[in-house]
Amino acid sequence: MATITESQRRGALTHPDIERHEEVNRDILNMLSRPGKGWWALLGLCVLGIGVFFTSWGWQIYRGIGVSGLTSPVGWGAYITTFVFWVGIAHSGTLISAILFLFRAPWRQSVYRAAEAMTVFGVMTAGLFPLIHVGRVWHAYWLIPYPNQRFLWPNFRSPLVWDVFAVTTYFTVSAVFFYLGTIPDVAAARDASTGLRKKLYSVVAMGWRGTDREWHHFGKAYIFLAGLATPLVLSVHSVVSWDFAMGIVPGWHATIFAPYFVAGAIFSGVAMVITLAVPLRKVFKLEAYLTIKHFDALSKLILLTSLIVLYAYLTEFFMAWYSGEPPEKQMFWNRLFGDYWWATWTMLVCNGFVPIMLWFKRVRHSIPALFVVSIFINIGMWFERYVIIVTSLSHEYEPFAWGMYRPSIVEMGILVGSFAWFGFWFLIFTRMLPPVAIAELKEVVAPRMRKNETKSVEA
Amino acid sequence: MSDSTNLLASFDYLDDVVDAIGELRKAGFSNDLTAYVSYPDHHIEHAMGYDQSPVRVFTLVGGLTGTATGFAFPSFASMDWPLITGGKPILSIPAYVIPAFELTVLFGALSTVIGLFVLSRLPNPKPSVIYDPEFSSGRYGLLVRASGRADEARSILQKYQPAELREGSDA
Repeated sequence: MATITESQRRGALTHPDIERHEEVNRDILNMLSRPGKGWWALLGLCVLGIGVFFTSWGWQIYRGIGVSGLTSPVGWGAYITTFVFWVGIAHSGTLISAILFLFRAPWRQSVYRAAEAMTVFGVMTAGLFPLIHVGRVWHAYWLIPYPNQRFLWPNFRSPLVWDVFAVTTYFTVSAVFFYLGTIPDVAAARDASTGLRKKLYSVVAMGWRGTDREWHHFGKAYIFLAGLATPLVLSVHSVVSWDFAMGIVPGWHATIFAPYFVAGAIFSGVAMVITLAVPLRKVFKLEAYLTIKHFDALSKLILLTSLIVLYAYLTEFFMAWYSGEPPEKQMFWNRLFGDYWWATWTMLVCNGFVPIMLWFKRVRHSIPALFVVSIFINIGMWFERYVIIVTSLSHEYEPFAWGMYRPSIVEMGILVGSFAWFGFWFLIFTRMLPPVAIAELKEVVAPRMRKNETKSVEA
Repeated sequence: MSDSTNLLASFDYLDDVVDAIGELRKAGFSNDLTAYVSYPDHHIEHAMGYDQSPVRVFTLVGGLTGTATGFAFPSFASMDWPLITGGKPILSIPAYVIPAFELTVLFGALSTVIGLFVLSRLPNPKPSVIYDPEFSSGRYGLLVRASGRADEARSILQKYQPAELREGSDA
């Protein structure tokens, strides 16, 4: 009756070195042991960066938004750029955990927990930026849809209000999805640990025992959550793109923005997964779990999305030319050869040309090469948002309203600090929760069968 | 139940536990079985004879509530203080599709989780006393609440050569 399933057969191909379920528990739970010096050093660096972050922000709160480079005509600068960047980073986590789950991609199991953690921490980081950007942060609660003193409600026709709905929903749902997925693994960690850790894990696991009843409902709930998260992830970056596309600013007002932003988000997010997975694999010796095949699959995803992104860039230029609209035409000419030419070319080289290397199998199969490519993409995707936001605002219709924007040292401090904030949570995560999904990995490792072991091994 | 002897067997092999479940169910122990697995295994789920999980009702009701709220709330807010902006109608239904969509997902997801917790009785602060930490690692567990028919259940379990067979009475 019990037979080896298709996914287990394919799993045996992706994880040839794992034979028994106990090995998965042992190897993954080992990662939660006492951290080494390198981990503490990185954590220290992140704490330092968080210090820079809050010092910069504190200074801005004390002195006012004038300490940033934001002024007329460029009212959106590095903060909104970084907000979009981090929301984008978050997207690939949900792609891997929800969309590839629905598509039954057999390679997602090893990377999905780390990618999902990246989603939660990415949205957590992104969520700070609207608060920083509004300047008077003590009024940030105005974002919540409630009537003000004059009983005036927010304007539900505004994409900025949509964004509040989209981002808060995204954060809530991805955090819930992440937590739910960890419950069986935390239960495994609870059963393998002692002392204070056992108590902590017992609380988090909520008494999960892995009974048939629990798994039965869990499986169904997980599919529904994946089904809800899939359209959600596509909607979130679409709504973010409408923050721009709904405005009649040259360079923003385009119908391709939603798919273009979603592809870009997945592109940057998958690159970030590689950036994080490479050191994770090295430090925790996860070669049996994160094989070259996984990196190959991830780089193919990057290749696909980079083509979509490059196509969107070219379409934008084509549409500007074909529209015959002088401000639009000048906008795109200005992007390539104007004041911000360096940002545009950084974007085009990093996102359009560097990923071309991934056509070569040798690059896809070389971990150091992939790491370097992923760093280029991370940089390129930050610049993409910078180009979209800053070049458009600095050069709208009327020449008297043109101006230049340069991020101030405070904005730079907050940008750098945001990486530290993200890194801090990610480092804590790698030591507190199983960074690779134990239960899901076992689904692709063939279970022990008496009939296989007695009748010698078949197939 | 008065005389309740609980038998806890742990198995090394998946096919053993699946076959044991099958035979115990045939012998009329259907409602007295609990299987422990460390990962979602559909062989065991089939053997236990599960039907559709009612979680889906929670998802549907939650999602529809979200859709309704997502249209009703912006509509109410717009009519509460009618203010024309951008020459658009006071009730701009197409614009409300977005909050409606987001709330569909939000309410749907949260009620799915509530459904899961209710149906699988989580959080469970006092889980059953007889349990083996091995069940979250590699072994398969099978608990039989054999009220009065302990010998029968024991002989069936023994047929499938469990790695360990424990007895205990759970309060």
